[in-house]
Amino acid sequence: MHTWSLVSICVLLGVVTRWGVSLNSYSAGKPPMFGDYEAQRHWQEVTYNLPPQEYFNTTDNDLLYWGLDYPPLTAYHSLICAYAKMINPEWVELHTSRGYESPAHKLFMRATLVADLLIFFPAVVVYCFYLTDGSSKRKVSTVLLFLLYPGLILIDYGHFYNAVSLGFALWGVLALGLGWDAFGSMAFCLALNYKQMELYHALPFFCYLLGKSVKLGLTGRFFTLARIASSVLVTFALCWLPFLSDPGQASQVVRRIFPVARGLYEAACTLLAVLPSCVRLLTKPTFWQFKLALVNSSLAFFLFSYQVHEKSILLVAPALLLLNDLPLMVIWLLLASTFMLPLLLKDGLLLPYVVTSLAFLFFSIYLLSALEHCSEEELRLGAYHKLLFFLPRLDLAGIVRWKFYISIAVMVGLSFVTVAMVPPPHLPDLFPVLVSVTSFSHFFGTFLYFNIVQFSEPPSRKTQKKTN
Amino acid sequence: TVMAAPVMDSWSWFPALALGVSFLKCLFISAYHSTDFEVHRNWLAITHSLPCPGGTMRSNTSEWTLDYPPLFALFEFGLSHVARHFDRNMLQVENLNYASPPTVLFQRLSVIFTDLVFIYAAKECCRCVQEQKGSRDVLNRPSFVLAVLLLWNFGLLIVDHLHFQYNGFLFGILLLSVSKHLQVRHLQGALLFSILLNLKHIYLYVAPAYGVYLLRSFCFSQDNKDGSIRWMSFSPLRLLALGAIVVSVCALSFGPFIAMGQLPQVLSRLFPFKRGLCHAYWAPNIWALYNILDKILAMLGVRLKLLQEAELPRASMTGGLVQEFQHSVLPSISPSITLVCTLLSLRRPSGGVPRGARGFLRCLLLCALGSFMFGWHVHEKAILLAILPLSILAVESREDAGIFLILSTTGHYSLFPLIFTPAELPIKVALMLMFVIFSFIALTKLHMASLLHPLESVYLLGLIPVAIACEVIFPLSSWQQKLPFLPLLVTSVYCSMGVCYSFLRLYISMLRDEERPKQA
Repeated sequence: MHTWSLVSICVLLGVVTRWGVSLNSYSAGKPPMFGDYEAQRHWQEVTYNLPPQEYFNTTDNDLLYWGLDYPPLTAYHSLICAYAKMINPEWVELHTSRGYESPAHKLFMRATLVADLLIFFPAVVVYCFYLTDGSSKRKVSTVLLFLLYPGLILIDYGHFYNAVSLGFALWGVLALGLGWDAFGSMAFCLALNYKQMELYHALPFFCYLLGKSVKLGLTGRFFTLARIASSVLVTFALCWLPFLSDPGQASQVVRRIFPVARGLYEAACTLLAVLPSCVRLLTKPTFWQFKLALVNSSLAFFLFSYQVHEKSILLVAPALLLLNDLPLMVIWLLLASTFMLPLLLKDGLLLPYVVTSLAFLFFSIYLLSALEHCSEEELRLGAYHKLLFFLPRLDLAGIVRWKFYISIAVMVGLSFVTVAMVPPPHLPDLFPVLVSVTSFSHFFGTFLYFNIVQFSEPPSRKTQKKTN
Repeated sequence: TVMAAPVMDSWSWFPALALGVSFLKCLFISAYHSTDFEVHRNWLAITHSLPCPGGTMRSNTSEWTLDYPPLFALFEFGLSHVARHFDRNMLQVENLNYASPPTVLFQRLSVIFTDLVFIYAAKECCRCVQEQKGSRDVLNRPSFVLAVLLLWNFGLLIVDHLHFQYNGFLFGILLLSVSKHLQVRHLQGALLFSILLNLKHIYLYVAPAYGVYLLRSFCFSQDNKDGSIRWMSFSPLRLLALGAIVVSVCALSFGPFIAMGQLPQVLSRLFPFKRGLCHAYWAPNIWALYNILDKILAMLGVRLKLLQEAELPRASMTGGLVQEFQHSVLPSISPSITLVCTLLSLRRPSGGVPRGARGFLRCLLLCALGSFMFGWHVHEKAILLAILPLSILAVESREDAGIFLILSTTGHYSLFPLIFTPAELPIKVALMLMFVIFSFIALTKLHMASLLHPLESVYLLGLIPVAIACEVIFPLSSWQQKLPFLPLLVTSVYCSMGVCYSFLRLYISMLRDEERPKQA
């Protein structure tokens, strides 16, 4: 079959899955604050009716009622969506439209997720076809799995537009992989200006670009750095244009986006965890190292930093970049990240959660033959042998497989128990705690693994060809 | 290039396909469901609460009557015992339009679960398909293509899992019976078909095919050298066996009603001829074209002052209601006329009867399509009765593949008006595109030739503007109030051209087969 028709079928499947999940009723929350859905609607109201200078401060705009706390690009996106006023002005009336809900409006809000389609989907397709190895069937499978990753589908359904910022970041990664540094920096700056959570990915981008320029000669270094710096500055300037006229305003925006002074201790911890990976990337700026560093840095920030919002686990989505190379471990990590979701999902999403997770588990194992391609070499477990030199030589691949089965069983069991059973009265938070502990151990173990892989030798050409 | 070691076992893709489509069906649980949902809930309640079969016929608390044969009532009775554990309230007959979340979950899951019959039947059919020699990539194998065309059939997904019906499991029994015949296990096939007839009597459309084929190939146990009937090889024992099977199944299902003297009532519920030539939405058959011709002639007649507008009957056909009506200019059609037309279309010209299992399948297909074309009060969903068997023929013969592409695309598009809510529009469009892309590319690659004449391609491409006009432009325009039936009419007429054309081509190809010298 023609590859492109297979790809279009995968894209359509991705669309149907997302739309099917979105058919569940929005848990819009209750007055007076309603929910995230209302937040998005409110931002459309604010951006449409007020001039940009007032988006982030309090003149006509009550910041306590879902004040805008994302960078300017989100505001502009809300503005574009607000042009739906043409269909029904009531949706964005200043002040009077709070808590507005109707079937037509819900349909409209769902339809705005088309932004996903325009930004995220093309990035995925281009990435899988130009930057991964393997037969075309394997590439198509990777596209399908990328689009079926449950975490993004379920979170975006309730919390909106994470796929847009991830999409921009993915374009950035893609561009860097193809060697277009300036374009890649611009794309990543757009991602940063869309949601500040992308800062989790900023360090690897920085280290990779710096490392690459260091390798060039003096003039090459100068020109590359100049190109990158100018693209970054121009992008930031364009996004922040309305706010640059008054420095007080700019700082107000910054204060909205990064609330509360962070604790120094947490910052130090996080930097320490991220440091080895970034230093390695600086010294060996290859694309492979870059991908690993992205995963490691997201995991480090999630594990150690301050005021982590659960949905930040989405930032593990860069692990999808490694799906083709280390299928079993990536699938494991992604399932662990999805597994945390029942804690923050309202009831309505239980069925989609079960269906999408099972589908992802089954199809990733089947399409990528993950359980067959887990010899020691393919899992890059060589370094473990050196570390655990004091233990007798074990069949590490077999151990990994068994740990995988056990962990899946534990995740399924805990999901079931959290939903179906009531915790004992003297331990009311038992299930959330168990889930957090399990997730933490998964993430920490994976963090160690990916760091070790980053420090081992890159795969030889021969082993790379075999993964088909 | 790197040669991939055959990691996958030769049939491992089948469970993957089946599981994938089942997961997809689960995502539609919260989607729109039609009044058929309430109909089935009502039957669950009736069969569960009323003490004897007679009660089911007499009950009329709800506007929805039990118009399936008795075995289906038995099936609903079985389901109701499982339904008890989900939500007891759905089994109260008085709870009209009861649709609590557990009720919806139960009903939807019951459809998904009974689809297992269809999945099994699809697997049996895939096994009967003739594979061609040569090491082929999985995606190019006839069995793989057939599996996708059956399991991921757009019509079944839309009708069963959005609109809500139990067609999956019924078609599963039909396909299973067909596969038994393909494997020369005629008695089992006959048993399955009798059961099917007693589950939903729409399969009477294809009963003639079964009757003729079983008489010809089973009761006459041997053929002459040139393929014609050897009259001396008639086996009364086999005829008796067949008769026994059919009669006993019918006795099992209708027995209680005959005993209570309620048979006429049952039959009138099963065959409501008072309902009018066409359904509220015209099925894309010959009568749709007849109706539109009548309308055009009437309008022309009024313009040219040949007719008085006052003399014409009111525009009731386009009112969207289910009732009897008269045509204005052309002669009105009565049920007997449709019966005669149907029988004529089923007659084989040379008196020849189908030879071999593939001939049987073709005959079944023609019966289904002929009945769809000329029948009385045909539902557009009946087109699936033709599309599914044609899928089997399409993966084996190039000409059938071309006809399949036309019939399936127009037939599936004609199902669009069934799902009219804006929220489900992206789903039906995406699913339709998926099926169309797959069927076109896979069948073209399988037969390694272009399957469609350019004019046919133009006709099919014309569906796109029709779709945009009916789904997007029309609802947003002012005609929505004045002529609400217009998009349905346009869809129906446009698709009936494609369906009629496919019928003609199939008929002609059958005639050509008959005339060809008989080969071994």
